Amino acid sequence: MSEHIVSAKTNIAVWLTLLVLTGVTAGVAFIDLGPFNTVVALVIATVKALLVVLIFMHVKYASEKLVKVVVISAIFFLMLLLGLSLADYTTRMLM
Amino acid sequence: MADSPTAVEHHNPALKHHFVDMEQQREASSLGMWLFLATEIMFFGGMFCAYLIYRYWYFPDFAAASSSLDITLGTVNTAVLICSSLTVVMAVRAAQLGKRQQQVVYLALTLVLGLAFLGVKAIEWTSKFEEHHVPGPTFNFQGSIPGHPDQPVDQHHAQLFFSLYFAMTGMHALHMIIGVGIFAYLLYHAWKGAYTPEYHTPLENSGLYWHFVDIVWIYLFPLLYLIDRKK
Amino acid sequence: MATAAITAERETYLNQEYGIKSWLLTVDHKRIALLYLLSITFFFFIGGFFALLIRLELLTPAGDLVQADTYNKLFTMHGQVMVFFFLIPSIPAVLGNFLVPLMIGAKDLAFPRINLLSWYLYIIAGVLMLHCMLTGGVDTGWTFYTPFSTAFSNTKVIEAGLAIFISGFSSILTGLNFVVTIHRMRAPGMTWNRLPLFIWAHYATSIIQLLGTPVIAVTLVLVVLERALHLGIFDPTRGGDPLLFQHLFWFYSHPAVYIMILPSMGVVTEIVPCFSRKRIFGYKFVALSSISIAVFGFLVWAHHMFVAGISLYAALIFSALSYLVAVPSAVKVFNWTATMYKGSITFSTPMLYAFGFIGLFLMGGLTGLFLAALGIDVHVTDTYFVVAHFHYIMVGGAVMGYLGGMHFWWPKISGRMYPESLGRLAAVIVFLGFNLTFFPQFILGYLGMPRRYWQYPPEFQVLNVLSTAGSTILAVGYLLPMVYFLWSMRYGKIAPDNPWGASGLEWMTSSPPPTFNFDHPPVVDWEAYDYENIPAPQEARSGG
Repeated sequence: MSEHIVSAKTNIAVWLTLLVLTGVTAGVAFIDLGPFNTVVALVIATVKALLVVLIFMHVKYASEKLVKVVVISAIFFLMLLLGLSLADYTTRMLM
Repeated sequence: MADSPTAVEHHNPALKHHFVDMEQQREASSLGMWLFLATEIMFFGGMFCAYLIYRYWYFPDFAAASSSLDITLGTVNTAVLICSSLTVVMAVRAAQLGKRQQQVVYLALTLVLGLAFLGVKAIEWTSKFEEHHVPGPTFNFQGSIPGHPDQPVDQHHAQLFFSLYFAMTGMHALHMIIGVGIFAYLLYHAWKGAYTPEYHTPLENSGLYWHFVDIVWIYLFPLLYLIDRKK
Repeated sequence: MATAAITAERETYLNQEYGIKSWLLTVDHKRIALLYLLSITFFFFIGGFFALLIRLELLTPAGDLVQADTYNKLFTMHGQVMVFFFLIPSIPAVLGNFLVPLMIGAKDLAFPRINLLSWYLYIIAGVLMLHCMLTGGVDTGWTFYTPFSTAFSNTKVIEAGLAIFISGFSSILTGLNFVVTIHRMRAPGMTWNRLPLFIWAHYATSIIQLLGTPVIAVTLVLVVLERALHLGIFDPTRGGDPLLFQHLFWFYSHPAVYIMILPSMGVVTEIVPCFSRKRIFGYKFVALSSISIAVFGFLVWAHHMFVAGISLYAALIFSALSYLVAVPSAVKVFNWTATMYKGSITFSTPMLYAFGFIGLFLMGGLTGLFLAALGIDVHVTDTYFVVAHFHYIMVGGAVMGYLGGMHFWWPKISGRMYPESLGRLAAVIVFLGFNLTFFPQFILGYLGMPRRYWQYPPEFQVLNVLSTAGSTILAVGYLLPMVYFLWSMRYGKIAPDNPWGASGLEWMTSSPPPTFNFDHPPVVDWEAYDYENIPAPQEARSGG
């Protein structure tokens, strides 16, 4: 962990952004975007998650790359699980 | 010689003697917590995988079941958790700046918000129980596919949705309860002045845990509550 | 460093404190390693006992020793105990715990109390598993396939599942401890490229433990929920997919086999240079191959499901990926061989185990490639061919590596030498017994004998009898070290600091080491495996 102290202003800005994005997610759900509803919801969720990880969890200010490697590795392996499983499920051609 | 800790000039009482200095200890604890969070990503990930596959298979039934969840309570709970992440961050900041009083206030607020989240969850689950949406012998989902009032929802598929709903939000709630316990412990020690600018590692690492639990909810909310609200 | 006079009672981690409390509440990684040694040996006996019963039943074609349901329980519990309570902890929890801090020049692991917690979790899980076995057992196969395990089996699935769930946390915490320790606690000058390859192997193993185990943990949670509440997650009559269980189960359980083999490879990589008096050939390739095995190992899991109902396209993808994962393993075999080339070989007990490992792992690995080929797999899957394949790797590979490592580091751990001629004899008995037990099983499988069957057509009897005979010889081979290791603790020659003339920081402290490992914290300014500069082995002094 770095000794960098995040300013109160930055924290509050991130907090407000997160709340706004939450409202947007909920609101957009009622608009018909076809299959893109899911995409938009997940993109917004990822933006929120990134804000929490980078600012609240200090990853942006970490002097060492190791923490980023750990997080990215975990997400990568999770994507392997989801992706390769889907490779089976989406090609099964159920009757 | 039995005991041979390397003599350090400013021997901080919090230094464990197998570490060379406080910095090594802090970096080790932090990496340990991040690795633990990586395991949690995979743990929740398994359930997300199950959810993903059944949502792919049974999208209309899942959409109907999802629409029976209270979107207001879900949104409120998301906001509650986001606020609690702010209070956690401010508590850590207070420790970095040596402000004991502020630490205590922010930690207490975090606790309150965490308990509020659990309270809202309890309300949601109770209403699911009353509507017979809890999987098991009493399960009975009355409804039709969104946009197709003539097509009733398949009971098995709706039950799958709710099985995953309860499994995932239940596992999340369990992690919240543990988090609340940890923060109660931190609150007590913060009040006793245990966390200073030189040493506040438990606060930092517990904060990481809390933020992680928040992030899990950030994904659970749209996936469970917002599958298809258009109709 | 300091080699005390025979008569002076030098303080070591063994005699620093006496009493059962000093052992049960220890946070010394070396004592915890010994606690694990006792526990996993105990479970090895239990798993071995089930194996003996299986082989006894299979002496005759008829099912005449036990009933069919009982036989199902025997192979299930043999698998569960051996995988989760012996193989997965074995080298990391015993040799890894003991050696990782020593090899990197640290005083202990990063989190000593979590290390102790890890052992207690293992014990709790073990007690739960024992209770489960004594009060009815499980009959689902160690693979717990649904919907049998969730909807039809009337054995103690939930209890066994919980036991394995808890043991998983033990594994995760060990892995976590190793990764943090290796990153944060290396001695000054111990750069990544100077680390012993045993450390690289354990680092790679820990990655798998951290990222894979949680998935089987959550899968077991879902199995327990499904069995208790009939949710339908894995039940086809309720819209669920049994294959989802298999995907989630094998996502961990395939990488788990790399948890079982990588540490053994690390042991072999320490033994071979020492008894060839030559530095390891291609250090960077060996290090990289360990990490590659860990990563690629996560890409292949559905090769256990080729005939289970996955799509053909998925089967093709996983088959191709399974060929990929063989490459880094082959790299290691080439590197060991090249290390021995023009080396000065000593056929010590550890080296005999290393030779055995290389040959048997090669056979196991190559037959894995047979199984990765879809056309062949259709014929030999779920036959004794598969059983032979994985026993060649797990017993011919992992267990031989474990025994080789136990012999190699025994002087360091106990301060005593084991009797070398008995050691060599036992190694040869193990090798011969192993091959007699499992080679016939390749043939049986190829001829079509299914696995997990308690009776079989009479034409398979000869091969089965050979296999059972082999297993009794193997058992003798395993018992011998247990006897002479114990004997050596009282009557063995006192071991010098470095009886093998081996490289590595652990050999630069006394045998056994003091509690805090080094009298003076080491500073490293030499490359690993610099055998040109290491003197010949010291003669072990007689005494005791």
